Amino acid sequence: MTGIDRQALVGASPVHALPKGRLPENVLHFVRILRAAGVPVGPAKVVDAISAAEAVGVANRTDFKAALAAVLCTRREHLDLYDQAFDLYWRNPRLLEKMVAAMLPQVQGRTGEEHRPPDAPARIAQAMAPPREDGPRRDDEDEVTLDAAFTFSPREVLQGRDFASMTADELAQVKRMIARLRLPLPQLPVRRTRADDRGARIDLRATLRRAAGAAGGAAPLAFRTRTRRSPPLVVLCDISGSMDRYSRMMLHFLHAITNDRHRVHVLLFGTRLTNVTRHLKHRDVDIALGRVTGAVEDWAGGTRIGASLADFNRHWSRRLLGQNAVVLLISDGLDAEAGAGLDHEMERLSKSCRRLVWLNPLLRYADFEARPAGIRAMLPWVDDFLPVHSLASLEALAAVLNRSAPGGARRDPGHRRSQARTLAPR
Amino acid sequence: MNAPMTPHPPPATVDATLDLLARGDYVADRRLATAVYLSLKLGRPLFLEGEAGTGKTEIAKVLAATLGRRLVRLQCYEGLDTASAVYEWNYPRQMIEIRLAEAQGRVVRDELAHDIFTTRFLMKRPILEALAPHDGVAPVLLIDELDRTDEPFEAFLLEVLAENQVTIPEIGPIRAVEPPIVVVTSNRTREIHDAIKRRCLYHWVDYPDAARELAIVRRKCPKAPESLAREVVAFTQKLRTMDLFKSPGVAETLDWAEALIALDRIALDPATVADTIGVLLKYQDDVGAITPEVAGKLVAEAREGIRL
Repeated sequence: MTGIDRQALVGASPVHALPKGRLPENVLHFVRILRAAGVPVGPAKVVDAISAAEAVGVANRTDFKAALAAVLCTRREHLDLYDQAFDLYWRNPRLLEKMVAAMLPQVQGRTGEEHRPPDAPARIAQAMAPPREDGPRRDDEDEVTLDAAFTFSPREVLQGRDFASMTADELAQVKRMIARLRLPLPQLPVRRTRADDRGARIDLRATLRRAAGAAGGAAPLAFRTRTRRSPPLVVLCDISGSMDRYSRMMLHFLHAITNDRHRVHVLLFGTRLTNVTRHLKHRDVDIALGRVTGAVEDWAGGTRIGASLADFNRHWSRRLLGQNAVVLLISDGLDAEAGAGLDHEMERLSKSCRRLVWLNPLLRYADFEARPAGIRAMLPWVDDFLPVHSLASLEALAAVLNRSAPGGARRDPGHRRSQARTLAPR
Repeated sequence: MNAPMTPHPPPATVDATLDLLARGDYVADRRLATAVYLSLKLGRPLFLEGEAGTGKTEIAKVLAATLGRRLVRLQCYEGLDTASAVYEWNYPRQMIEIRLAEAQGRVVRDELAHDIFTTRFLMKRPILEALAPHDGVAPVLLIDELDRTDEPFEAFLLEVLAENQVTIPEIGPIRAVEPPIVVVTSNRTREIHDAIKRRCLYHWVDYPDAARELAIVRRKCPKAPESLAREVVAFTQKLRTMDLFKSPGVAETLDWAEALIALDRIALDPATVADTIGVLLKYQDDVGAITPEVAGKLVAEAREGIRL
């Protein structure tokens, strides 16, 4: 804190009675503890927090707390954490020094850990596939590249294979293939324009600029056209026991698409809903999946699809489904609650998004029938119903999504049903 | 608009800020008043996030009224661009200028291009008007429902929020002599980028507690009898504890109180609730959840709560 000139920060404002020099120091320590607790606070915020603290003064504890909150918090989710940290930290001024002394090494220890990520990948490696005996990893990476480039047999075999029946070795290969998958969504026109001489709207600004340059002569008109942009993608992935083998592969897929494009949100559900978008953003797939595993509490348990969708509709849909979002629902539709409330929530979900795609690994069975109550309740409300059990089906997904989206007729549930059925293999 | 504005000095303490807002009939909690005070004192934009109908926009209006400044409002929508948010060239005037130059034979190309892209031909839109006001008094700039626009516009706002300036390619940066008081609101239909929030003071506007909501109803609906005001507030507070898709905001509470006064009701009863519930709840599912039995129970509980 010594590097910052307090007078410059505070200006001419009256500083409330406080031992000189202690407030900035304490604010700084408080910010460090907040950071360690998981509230992201940038360095510039420290300076702001000190000016805020000195502007409000420490005479009124509530004001002081609110002042620091206004500067240090940028999300509602952080407010609870902030409140707790504040109450702990600023409880007793005498205790303060001891606490800071006691907490600082901890804080440093924690931040040090951030850069040392071997635990998570190791755990994931154990969870995902048993250790392999056949030589170091580098070898098969080369092998796979060669596969992709010159031969096709192993790759082709893997393409059609069900994830559930693969060996650990095959799974590892498929994971690397999945990492290269992309999911192009059809781009939609947005209300922005770009210069384009074949566009439909006259660009007066550019035209006038040309006219001024070509004074005396005829000025050519300049045009603009609407730009196009991929819509947001929201993925709701079932991670209950019945989906276990698939959901792990799906996570690799989701990691690939989350890091490939903007505006992808991923939520996992079993008995409860967890937003894991932030965790999946990590570039390294092992670290990302490690964080996801840490964040999810209902891994491979039961399924409450209706309750999870209700949770999504209530708490997330308005935040995530704006601007023409496409929803991918990945689930086998086997609901522990026999589809209670499912019809209703599916209807709401379907009406809140632009396109609802249901990916179901059970569809791989040629004689799949929509017998279970959950599946019957969900089917009328989806735009596309597709299998998702193999690499080939994941690749086909991109093609289906890229096909022109269903138009106005999709608002009719009957239409949806017939369309959804035609996409199922029969 | 043309009346000369005499801006009042900003409040000197949090208490003064509370008083100031109260003078504008805004019953703020202390946390909000602190954020407003800091925003005025440190010259930082105030970022207000919260459910619809919790009085976010109202803060900007009240600040403008009580501080004696104009309110410049920018309503955000998808595709909002600089031409409607910041400035637009006055094309007809530019065309006439070119024609005149041609007619008078004083055509020097570079000069002409330079001449028609000057401030004379600039039409100010809300943001430029806030940064370079025509009357010289820094106004209150309300950027309403920022979540409705798209990310490119957010990125554009960074310059405005951090530097109090905009850059017009043909002219260069225009910087505010006296920075405006900026209030940004969001209903959180999507997350606003952290870069924006970082430049602002953040405040989550929550539903008020019963005492504050009652104070608000008394202020805003002075015609409502005290007993009715209490029942309305108690009922709405009960509703917010229920599992609803969209809980009623303060705006709905006030609308409902007004509606009940218009219907000459002086007390709540289940039938009245059933007839007027559409003022409070705007989703069919939520309306359906308030069956006559539930309404009766809520009314009874509301009365019970008041008596305690």
